[in-house]
Amino acid sequence: MNTGNRPLSPHIQVYRWQWTMMLSITHRATGIALAVGALLLVCWLLALASGPAAFADVHGFLGSWLGRLLLFGWTWSLMYHLANGIRHLFWDMGVGLELQAAQASAYAVIVLSIAATLAIWVAGYMAAGALG
Amino acid sequence: MTMRTPISRVRGLGSAKGGTHHWWMQRLTAIALVPLSIWFVISMICLASADYAAVSAWMATPLTAVLMLLLVVATFYHMQLGLQVVIEDYIHGEGTKMVCLIGLKLGSFALGVAAAFAVLKVAF
Repeated sequence: MNTGNRPLSPHIQVYRWQWTMMLSITHRATGIALAVGALLLVCWLLALASGPAAFADVHGFLGSWLGRLLLFGWTWSLMYHLANGIRHLFWDMGVGLELQAAQASAYAVIVLSIAATLAIWVAGYMAAGALG
Repeated sequence: MTMRTPISRVRGLGSAKGGTHHWWMQRLTAIALVPLSIWFVISMICLASADYAAVSAWMATPLTAVLMLLLVVATFYHMQLGLQVVIEDYIHGEGTKMVCLIGLKLGSFALGVAAAFAVLKVAF
């Protein structure tokens, strides 16, 4: 089958940069990041099932600076993908597809995902007693 | 003029024989993951300073084990649907694409089984 001469849709550089476009790309990027994070979830569960020594190893890594940085990134990725995913579900019901509404919900997703991430980490450190 | 029968058009099954199944399952698992991921994040906050014994005891309660199994199933189902589209969008060689898709599908299933086994082992 010859597929070489088919017309192509305009590529990404043709379009003016917009928030809604940025959010769509970020949704995919955070999805890929969360897939990597899912590997960590499996490691954590398998370590828990393997015993105290393996669990201590995984927790040792997660407690390190690199571990915390990765967890912080995954927290934001999850909050973003969750908030923007709910935005997508409303679109599927035909709600909020107008330009202004889509723009407003884009800002809401950015603000909410950052606020939720910070709240989760403050709550986590408070629960661990690290913030007095 | 189309050679397709009206019933085949209604079913919407093209050459992929998939119809809307992919789209529908992505939404279904997304809806399931909204409460499940919120529960997971709140649980992780509560377990921030928990040691091995405390996490094991928490995982062994029936409610936790069931919710964790649901989270694992929904997560890996949703994950492989999403990554499938990423592979289909960016990998154009038919052979490479097929290898990636098979690796993704089998790998996601294996990871899901491993995670589910771990939850059950702690729970029983």
